[in-house]
Amino acid sequence: MTGANVEQWKRDITAAAEAIPGSGQVVLMEICGTHTVAIRRSGLRALLPKRVRLVSGPGCPVCVTSQGVIDALVDLAGRDGVTVATFGDMVRVPGTRSSLERKKAAGGRVAICYSVLDALDLARKRPDQLVVFAAVGFETTAPGSAVAVEMARAEGLPNFAILSAHKWVIPAMDALLAGGEVRIDGFICPGHVSVIIGSRAYEPIAARYRRPCVVAGFSAEQVLAGVAAILKQLAAGEARVGNVYAEAVRPEGNPEALARIHRVFEPADAAWRGLGTIPASGMDLRAEFAEFDAARRLGLPWPPSEAGTSERGCRCGDVIRGAIEPHECPLFGRACTPVHPIGPCMVSREGSCQAEYKYGRA
Amino acid sequence: MCLAVPGRIVTKEETVGVVDVRGNRLRAGLALVLEAEVGDWVLVHAGFAITTITPQDAAETNALLDQMEGIG
Ligand code: SF4
Repeated sequence: MTGANVEQWKRDITAAAEAIPGSGQVVLMEICGTHTVAIRRSGLRALLPKRVRLVSGPGCPVCVTSQGVIDALVDLAGRDGVTVATFGDMVRVPGTRSSLERKKAAGGRVAICYSVLDALDLARKRPDQLVVFAAVGFETTAPGSAVAVEMARAEGLPNFAILSAHKWVIPAMDALLAGGEVRIDGFICPGHVSVIIGSRAYEPIAARYRRPCVVAGFSAEQVLAGVAAILKQLAAGEARVGNVYAEAVRPEGNPEALARIHRVFEPADAAWRGLGTIPASGMDLRAEFAEFDAARRLGLPWPPSEAGTSERGCRCGDVIRGAIEPHECPLFGRACTPVHPIGPCMVSREGSCQAEYKYGRA
Repeated sequence: MCLAVPGRIVTKEETVGVVDVRGNRLRAGLALVLEAEVGDWVLVHAGFAITTITPQDAAETNALLDQMEGIG
């Protein structure tokens, strides 16, 4: 961030914060792993007036993936004739008994890929293996999985499947507000998720709960612009959808990507680490794509059980809800570090625990 | 995994192409940006272009990424 800009933002934000009625804390939640990292890395929290507190919510896709899904993937990696293809940050997440990394060291088949297209390639090259793509991620990542499933069907690729743990962000925002455990006065909405779903998608949340929702890009300056926009709304007694990332986010999102998601997936109840089961927050493959659904094809209990989430004292669930800050976990920085992570929030580069460990509390 | 980075489409064959992301040539799915042509700028996330952007926005975003190298 450049000095002159920062001073201007600070003045704007301080003025808006002072204009908000009352004297209580104003809590703004970001729900995007990239925002979490940008905020910690830039020390942005320290620039804000005392009254304004930023809290990280369920924005890290790896972190919110339930223990049941991790365990299912670890189980698959140990099966004869199955290869699990996954994004790199999933492999070190400890499941209840093992992780993909440990399973691989013990002879299981785990392939790290940058994209689901790599998993398709692997399936083409290894007809002897059923390649199961670990489909985690929010609306930004889900369209790619949908495209891959349709490509596999078009070319008649018999040995490719996905295990879908894709999620919709908005039902989680709804669940957090309905739960009422954590105070949230406004949402800094995720930029790249919003490229797909559009800024308009937040209108029901803004209206129903009277909370400003402002879409921001991935940089610290964008987050500051988002914070300023939310505070101005609060000062004026408004609760609207705003968008400070209009260069990439349109009100309607990316209709083609949304159509692709809906063609291949249907909404399903899904378990989130820390949040429990949230209605219609998951994406299950539609029945007509059953042959590409690893859960159906291999007879996995689906949705998987939610058991084992707070194994060994890890408090990721509380961190994900914004109920505690990472340093409030007794294991933070002691038993749990990026080298020896105990929970996904320390494993993932976008997890709150790793971000705080690397860049500090501010 | 939330991050998307600017890339310029170098080649396109039906719905898959090659994009130049800050000097690296990567394969990218183009099925979500049907209007995009060779030479256009897109945001790339996990191997898929998710939207087109203007050259100016791409340049600004790249400048920011240079500043904060290492975030992903
Ligand atoms: S510090 Fe480690 S153990 Fe504690 S909540 Fe974070 S990831 Fe879990």
